[in-house]
Amino acid sequence: MTERTLAQALNDSLDTALRSDDRVILLGEDIGRTGGVFRITDGLRDKHGAERVYDTPVAESGIVGAALGMAVAGMRPVAEMQFMGFSYPAYDQIINHVSRIRNRSNHRFTAPMVIRMPYGGGIGAAEHHSESTESIYAHIPGLKVVVPSTPRDAKGLLLAAIEDPDPVVFLEPIRLYRSVKEDIPDIYYRVDIGPLRVERPGDDITLISWGAMMRETRQAAAALEEEGVSVQVLDLRTLSPLDRDGIAESVSKTGRAVVIHEAPLTAGFGAEVAATIQERCLYELVAPVERVTGWDTVFPLKRSEAHYLPSVERIREAAMRTLEQ
Amino acid sequence: MFNLINPDGSVVDRLPVTLEEMRYLYADMVEARTYDRKSMAMQRQGRLATYAPFQGQEGAQIGAAAALRDDDWVAATYRDAALNWRAGYSWELLILGRTGDERGGQVPEGVNILPPSITVGGHMIHAVGLAWAEMLRGTGRVALTSFGDGATSEGDFHEAMNFAAVYQTPTVFFCQNNGYAISYPVAEQTRSETIAAKAAAYGMPGERVDGNDVVAVLVRVQEAVERARSGGGPTLIEAVTYRMGPHTTADDPGRYREDSEPDDWEARDPLRRVRILLEKAGGWSEEWQSELEEEASHRIEAAVEAAESVPPPTLEEMLARMLAPSAEPEPE
Repeated sequence: MTERTLAQALNDSLDTALRSDDRVILLGEDIGRTGGVFRITDGLRDKHGAERVYDTPVAESGIVGAALGMAVAGMRPVAEMQFMGFSYPAYDQIINHVSRIRNRSNHRFTAPMVIRMPYGGGIGAAEHHSESTESIYAHIPGLKVVVPSTPRDAKGLLLAAIEDPDPVVFLEPIRLYRSVKEDIPDIYYRVDIGPLRVERPGDDITLISWGAMMRETRQAAAALEEEGVSVQVLDLRTLSPLDRDGIAESVSKTGRAVVIHEAPLTAGFGAEVAATIQERCLYELVAPVERVTGWDTVFPLKRSEAHYLPSVERIREAAMRTLEQ
Repeated sequence: MFNLINPDGSVVDRLPVTLEEMRYLYADMVEARTYDRKSMAMQRQGRLATYAPFQGQEGAQIGAAAALRDDDWVAATYRDAALNWRAGYSWELLILGRTGDERGGQVPEGVNILPPSITVGGHMIHAVGLAWAEMLRGTGRVALTSFGDGATSEGDFHEAMNFAAVYQTPTVFFCQNNGYAISYPVAEQTRSETIAAKAAAYGMPGERVDGNDVVAVLVRVQEAVERARSGGGPTLIEAVTYRMGPHTTADDPGRYREDSEPDDWEARDPLRRVRILLEKAGGWSEEWQSELEEEASHRIEAAVEAAESVPPPTLEEMLARMLAPSAEPEPE
């Protein structure tokens, strides 16, 4: 076991994958010499060679499309998008080809590949650097969407994603890269794609979130506990396929749920979670499902960022409204 | 522009193929044309989804495919049935795909041909990745990607060309310049004098060839394939040809080109010139022609019958195509 940040856990995960499977190839902008803008691939090119860890031209569609070709030919490419906001030039490749090659060839050709992308705000970055558009990926059949919030999950989920026979969009919460730390195994291990994680057991209310917003969700849960509320916290970890049973199990028990995400409200992934709850446990609900989300605006620049991001207080207030019912 | 056989069947230079090889190439073009006609007819009968005919482009497609090894990769388009077939994709599966069935994309193990690309240009970069993987593994396989003049306006053309040149992947970019992107003439699509000229900007060889001359295409693609196989990197080949028919069965070419234009190209037909040449060399007769057409018809009829006898997919089969079998979503 070694204490690692989420960023270090990802680096360890990629290092482990490169060591254990010679089909694994990393490609992306600035990931070789500099180790990427967030240093997730730091040192990997020196360790594994320039023919395992490729710096590429600035061409996201090219990176993803070439990775797809590699995957079809039997490699296990891991492509890095520098920021989620820069993944959109590759969106055509992702939704028209990566997610569909299995369907188009009735399983003859497949895309065992991972597309990693840092996402979310909170670091006062320039425009396009704080996107949280997970729902546009979760909406696409044939793709899996994974988003860890702890170092242990980050390493295990990434190794599972690399081994997965289908393409995985792997979202990395920028503001958790270096703000969470824990002891994680040094060996190869996988965390299954699919099942959510009950982060905190409780009976009165379920708080549901994923990725970057887990930090505020944890803080809100701690504050509510101090007020005598027993809070169950679910970290979805995987948005597609969604662990609908896990959500239903928790909310059936508590009868109350708040979904928290950073993306805008309208057509955000919280709507899918709320719909699942009403389909699966309407009769156990004692209050409407609340959503605490970003606003229906473009993610703002630094001076408005605090207005935008769901705060601990907004989560706590939504929970209290729910508890009053 | 490189050519070896003139439209009148005379030769520019000694041909690097034997009479027997010429007869094979000709027979393949006849079979392809038979398929194309049959498909047009079937679409009109409502038995096929929209069909994109390739009449006039048989020389380019058969010539390019004939230059490949059995295990090479092909990433081509919806208009490349002849190329795909000559490279190893069965008529039956091509037809099954055109009836609207994903199982038409399931080529057998060992056939390394991607299902025909429907988007314009998105598949060229796949051939770069395929070739890149084969290069890393040292298999000697190359990847040929076929596309039209229209696709060269796509951003993905640039990214694919650049990646292939940067990493020196064994990729052959085979452009069939057939004159139009649906209705938009090639001269209006680009200010480059030729499509082949674009290769220079990427630091790779660019060759222009008479796309209606099957032997000239074969020679140029063979050179590109050998260069790629031996570590010499990618090549762009522009095969200048002409689409005799509409863009698809849903298109009306009368809206954008003179009715006489295809007639001008009729004289440059890829089959005609080879037939004349063979006839002069004593390698063609009316009987042989009838025999070829009959045999081709027979094979294609059999393929149609086989494709049409495949029962439609069940709901379960539709749902089961999205992910690996162990991870299928359960229907609710």
